[in-house]
Amino acid sequence: MKQYDEEYIRQLNLTAVKIRKHIIEMLYRAKSGHPGGSLSAVEAIVALYFHHMRHNPKNPCDPNRDRFVLSKGHAAPTLYAVLAECGYFDVKELQMLRQINCMLQGHPVCRYIPGVEASTGSLGHGLSFALGIALAGKLDKKDYRVYVMVGDGETDEGQIWEAATSAAHYKLDNLTALIDRNFLQIDGRTEDVMRIESVRDRWSSFGWHVLEVDGHDIGQIIDALLTACDQKNQPTMIILNTVKGKGVSFMENNIDFHGVPPNEMEYKLAIKELDNAQKTLEASL
Amino acid sequence: MANPRDAYGETLMELGGKHRNIVVLDADLSKSTKTILFAKKYPERFFEMGIAEANMISVAAGLASCGKISFASTFAVFATGRVYDQIRIDVAYSQANVKIFATHGGISVGKDGASHQMIEDLTLMRVLPNMTVLAPSDATQTSRLVELMATTEGPMYARIGRANAPLLYKKQDLKDIQIGKGIIVTDGSDASIIACGTMVDQAVDAAEKLSKQGVSARVVDMHTIKPLDKKLVLRCIRDTNAIVTVEEHSVIGGLGGAVSEVLAEKGSSIQFKRMGVQDIFCESGDPDELFEKYGLSTPFIVKNVKKLLK
Repeated sequence: MKQYDEEYIRQLNLTAVKIRKHIIEMLYRAKSGHPGGSLSAVEAIVALYFHHMRHNPKNPCDPNRDRFVLSKGHAAPTLYAVLAECGYFDVKELQMLRQINCMLQGHPVCRYIPGVEASTGSLGHGLSFALGIALAGKLDKKDYRVYVMVGDGETDEGQIWEAATSAAHYKLDNLTALIDRNFLQIDGRTEDVMRIESVRDRWSSFGWHVLEVDGHDIGQIIDALLTACDQKNQPTMIILNTVKGKGVSFMENNIDFHGVPPNEMEYKLAIKELDNAQKTLEASL
Repeated sequence: MANPRDAYGETLMELGGKHRNIVVLDADLSKSTKTILFAKKYPERFFEMGIAEANMISVAAGLASCGKISFASTFAVFATGRVYDQIRIDVAYSQANVKIFATHGGISVGKDGASHQMIEDLTLMRVLPNMTVLAPSDATQTSRLVELMATTEGPMYARIGRANAPLLYKKQDLKDIQIGKGIIVTDGSDASIIACGTMVDQAVDAAEKLSKQGVSARVVDMHTIKPLDKKLVLRCIRDTNAIVTVEEHSVIGGLGGAVSEVLAEKGSSIQFKRMGVQDIFCESGDPDELFEKYGLSTPFIVKNVKKLLK
């Protein structure tokens, strides 16, 4: 496994904190949206866009680009903030999330938002969509890779398992899925709502190469992404062990923040906490 | 007689040579939908998705996002209602270049019974923004419309029946066919029979019988349910004294529904009747027996036209 310079990882962690601040700002302004699952997904999406994927914000339709599909579309704020910070569109757009006559819809929409590959929000579709992109890549003999993030609760959906079956059948080693394993969904703990353990054994028995990492450890994530690239004839599932609401102490593991934005007091507290985290990281650079 | 399914399979196979970006997906029914013809000639561009239609539709959309023209086929009942949400988000909302081509539409599926007789698909697809909805009437028209589907960008749904159907057209008759423009098959001045799919042939028969009884009936082949040829419907209001719509589909929301919307918004008081399945599930039986029992055969069209003209 490749080791990365600690300072490089700290830079990416700093980016992750900035993304979290955007998320809190966006949801506070929008007065709606999903903080918990947006915050748990940050490190993986940062690792993909700021380190791992081959992409060019100046040419979002490049046929050779790596693709990322956010199947858990309610984490749209994370994707939007990352795309804006990469330069796909103006960071100012983020303030207009979910507002009428504005670009950034409550859930991702392709064709309208530069950098968004698939329209998601209705859970269970994205893995299949990504599989279609992966099949096209094989057919066209292109070397791009396809990444897709699913929620853990999302794997309750039957279509996920149709896609899991066919991705293995077609030996799509250009496809890497990441599951945001934060153990919470709207009605409660995933294992109480609908048991999905063992996540590892299930995906493995469907013919997937399975890796497991701390989903908030960027070093571990980028190692796993690299390992997945070397896997032949098999798609890879990276289990990201995450904390819902990560980075804002009172949102962490708090199901009340699945789909409820922060109020003014919570907003100020959250920003203060993230500002402190940013200062600590900056001081260490 | 010719089978529109054969026309679909053969045309797709021919188009596969011209358009290297056509890909075809099927859900374990390629022998019935005839996509197997394409599969044999271009195996690398054919994707067998197994009995997993939801996955098939979303995969088709993913392929389309990479510049492919995706044709996804299965029976109408599995191609629409079962996968409505996938079509809604991944195809219609995303304006994906996906062509959902369904066979075994309507009650002429016959003995398999109501579970397999899709009578709601035109309605379900018509209500989706961005979606074009087609119902070809014979093998020749099927072939021409498949060509247009391949060369026209955007989400489309087409449905044909299972059975052989009489040939209404020669290829040269349809060289100028356009999506969204109905065809006057037989002209007449007393009544208009607006039909689609398998019912166009029955409508032509009915017009012949009516003519012997002194009634001049126009037959319109409305192969495009959406966008509907409103101009032609308005012409029928102007030129004739009654309109009957005929479809192998529920009378709610399909061709009859679309035509009645035009009439109502125009404030037309023309005599009007929607023929089709009257908001019920049908049953097993031979197609002819079913048409007879559920009021879709030629004599019923004749009777309805005469009743409206009284």
